[in-house]
Amino acid sequence: MSDTAEKVKKIIVEHLGVEEAKVTEDASFIDDLGADSLDTVELVMAFEEAFGVEIPDDAAEKITTVKSAIDYIESQKAA
Amino acid sequence: MFANGAAPRRVVVTGMGIACPLGLGVEHVWKRLTAGDSGISAIQSFDTKDLPARIAGQVPSGNRETGGLDLSEWIPVKDQKKMDRFIQLAIVAATEAVEDSGWKPEDEDGRCATGVMIGSGIGGLQTIYEASQVVAAGRAKRLSPFFIPSALINLASGHVSIKYGFKGPNHSAVTACATGVHAVGDAARLIALGDADVMVAGGAEAAISEIGMAGFAAARALSTGYNDTPQQASRPWDEGRDGFVMGEGAGVMVLEEYEHAKRRGATIYAEVIGYGMSGDAYHITAPSETGDGAFRSMRAALRSAKVTPAEVQYVNAHGTSTPLGDDLELGAVERLWGEDAGKLAMSSTKSAVGHLLGAAGAVEGIFSVLAIRDGVAPPTLNLEKASRESAIDRVAKVAQERPITVALSNSFGFGGTNASIVFRAAP
Repeated sequence: MSDTAEKVKKIIVEHLGVEEAKVTEDASFIDDLGADSLDTVELVMAFEEAFGVEIPDDAAEKITTVKSAIDYIESQKAA
Repeated sequence: MFANGAAPRRVVVTGMGIACPLGLGVEHVWKRLTAGDSGISAIQSFDTKDLPARIAGQVPSGNRETGGLDLSEWIPVKDQKKMDRFIQLAIVAATEAVEDSGWKPEDEDGRCATGVMIGSGIGGLQTIYEASQVVAAGRAKRLSPFFIPSALINLASGHVSIKYGFKGPNHSAVTACATGVHAVGDAARLIALGDADVMVAGGAEAAISEIGMAGFAAARALSTGYNDTPQQASRPWDEGRDGFVMGEGAGVMVLEEYEHAKRRGATIYAEVIGYGMSGDAYHITAPSETGDGAFRSMRAALRSAKVTPAEVQYVNAHGTSTPLGDDLELGAVERLWGEDAGKLAMSSTKSAVGHLLGAAGAVEGIFSVLAIRDGVAPPTLNLEKASRESAIDRVAKVAQERPITVALSNSFGFGGTNASIVFRAAP
């Protein structure tokens, strides 16, 4: 697992209070991890803070799964 | 209102829950209160060196079994950050009250007939303070999406309704230190008028924070002379009193239509028989000079209860331990009770728990119900030498066993708002 993936999962575990094992790459924040729309807003803010990236609203809307979060952050870091 | 000519329905208390400076749990708190324990201590949660008042009634840590607070026993950790402490304390007290009542609506009709009315005087003060720090640091975009729902006063009612699926009236009283009585009284009216069969009603407050303490100190409302002897600071009617002691906590009652409670075999603690209100129309923080607002509030409550002053054996006073307010309330009670004042017991339980602001009326309403249940008037701690003589027994320092079938509880708030509620022994 990449450093980014590990860090993303740790943030999700902390913010949503879910077991680490449930935070698979395919897991959806809302459907699988019990988040509501405000939780996802807060999660995106936590990613921004942790990785020093800015995630615009239109991109944030597409971050709905663990994998989509990791991919977006990786792409921003590569850029 | 009663276009169909229906008479108001009877309302009874079938559940109670408390989180206050004497601990968690109605029986635990009542035992300590009647034993003369004090819940006032030095503030530990932040540095008070710049504040003139450094003591408060804080909800003690511990666990449910020992009567202390461990939030994780009540609210999932991930949800705790979504609510200010006043909401957390409301949930604790509401959970105890609902469990105590045994009320679990089995169908949609039952859920829709069950409402919530939990108020607060100030709401999420600390949450607002912390959010303002974020904005002041130029980080407005980093504000949590949970900031607003954490601070809003009616979110105590919101969270409790969501937790239990109670879909009836969802409301919240906000009348400073009269909030608790207004919430319980208004909720009782909703049942009496047929808007709901069951209401989870009360008040919650958590204003022991730097700006809460500094703000009330600036208004010259707080005791500042007993920082080294906190348990002596709240001394209603005593000549040495110098202001109120801030307290935090929540009190919640389950109110229920009488026939509804009887049908399901619920334990009935008492009946809510009267409720009265008034406005001072005088000053934003000071009580009216004659105590007229308090007098009219109590008179209205007794009228709605259809009882005479002589039939009331116990008054739980607003009695905050402020130089002005205590004797004005005393004078109003003396005037209303007249020749019967000598038979009355009146105490201020704020002497033990401090002033819980918007939660005070709900917590003290519960104490009034327990006074009826057990025939015990809880004491006024630290009443060594009253600043003024009175025929009324103010239950100095030690609880008294007395036959109590009807009790009245007062709460008065900034803005000149007054409320009184009357309970009678279970029918």
